[in-house]
Amino acid sequence: MALAAARGKLIAVIGDEDTCVGFVLGGLGEMNKNRTSNFMVVDKNTSIGEIEETFKNYLKRDDIAIILINQNVAEMIRHVIDSHDLPIPSVLEIPSKDSPYDPSKDSILRRAKGMFAAEDFR
Amino acid sequence: MSDKDRLNVFPSRMALAIIKTRLKGAQKGHSLLKKKADALTLRFRMILRKIITTKTEVGEVMKTAQFSLAEAKFTCGDISLVILQNVTKAAVKVKSKKENVVGVTLPIFESYQDGGDTYELTGLARGGQQIDKAKKSYGKAITLLVELASLQTSFITLDEVIKITNRRVNAIEHVIIPKIERTLAYISSELDERDREEFYRLKKVQEKKKKIKAQEEAIKRAQLAEKGGHGEEAPSIFDDFKDPDILFD
Repeated sequence: MALAAARGKLIAVIGDEDTCVGFVLGGLGEMNKNRTSNFMVVDKNTSIGEIEETFKNYLKRDDIAIILINQNVAEMIRHVIDSHDLPIPSVLEIPSKDSPYDPSKDSILRRAKGMFAAEDFR
Repeated sequence: MSDKDRLNVFPSRMALAIIKTRLKGAQKGHSLLKKKADALTLRFRMILRKIITTKTEVGEVMKTAQFSLAEAKFTCGDISLVILQNVTKAAVKVKSKKENVVGVTLPIFESYQDGGDTYELTGLARGGQQIDKAKKSYGKAITLLVELASLQTSFITLDEVIKITNRRVNAIEHVIIPKIERTLAYISSELDERDREEFYRLKKVQEKKKKIKAQEEAIKRAQLAEKGGHGEEAPSIFDDFKDPDILFD
C-alpha cells in the first residue's frame, strides 16, 4: 500500500444517491481490484449497521485520505465519527440535498465551540 | 512549606548550585514553551477562521452543484445508474504534503487530475451540456472540500498539540518551578543553620583558649615569684611542645 500512498490517495463518499452521483460524476469514484468501491449510496433501506461497517472499512483503508459524509448520515453514526480522532483520514460532513447544513451538529465545529462567535456563521 | 514537596537532595553548596541551574533551565523552558503555545494558538485561530469561511463557501457551492445535477437529470432522465455502474478509476486524487509549524507537521492535501474523464460520452444523446456543467460544479466542490479537509486535519492536529503544550507549560509553572524553589529555600536554610552552629563553636573554642592561657599565665607568675631574683630565662620551644587538648579536657 506504500505504492498507493505514493500515487495519491482517494476521496471516499458516503451519502444519498444524488450526492454520490454528483461526486462520482466529478471524478471521485474508483473501483479497485476486489470490486469494492470508494463510495456508498445510502437510501432508506440501508441499515445503520451497514453504514457503520462501511465507514469503519474506509477508516481502515490506507488509500483513502478524505471521507465525505452527508450530515444526515453522519447523525446516524455519530458515535463512530466522534470516536475517530486521528487526523488522517479526515472526515468531512457535507450538506445533503434534503437537509440543510447545521454547523452545531458537526463533530469538528462542536469541538471548536466557544472559540468563535455565532455570528461568524451568517 | 511541606517537607515532602521538594527534591530529595543533600543540603550542600554544590547541591545549591545544581538546583540553581535547574531553576534557570526550568524558567527558560517555561518561556520557550509559552512562546511555542502562543505561536500554535495564533496559527490555530487563523485556521479556525479559514474553516468557518470555507464551510460557508462549501454550502453555497454544494447548493449550485446539486442544482446543476438536478438540471442534468431533468434533461436526460435518470443517469445515476449509468454513472454509478461505470466507475473504474478515480480521475481526482489527493496528494498530501507536509507543513511544519513550530515543530508540528501538518498535512496539507492537494487535489489533482489523474487520468481522463470516464463520463465523456454520458449524455451524448441529450443533456450533455447540463452534465458537463454538473461535472464542473462538482469538480469545484471537490477542490473546496479537499481544502477544507486539509484545514480540518490541521485543526485536529493543532488542537491536540496545543493541549499538550499547555499542559506542559502549566506543569512547569505550577509544579516544577515551585518545587525547585522550595528545595532552594530548604538548602539555604540548612546552610544558614550550619553557619550559625559553626560560628557558635568557634566562639566557644576561643573562650576556652582564653581561659587556659590565663591559667598558665598565673602559674608562670607564681613560679617566677617562688624563684625570686632569677633573671628571665629565654623560653625554649621544646619546653612544652605538646599542644594542649582544647575541647576534651
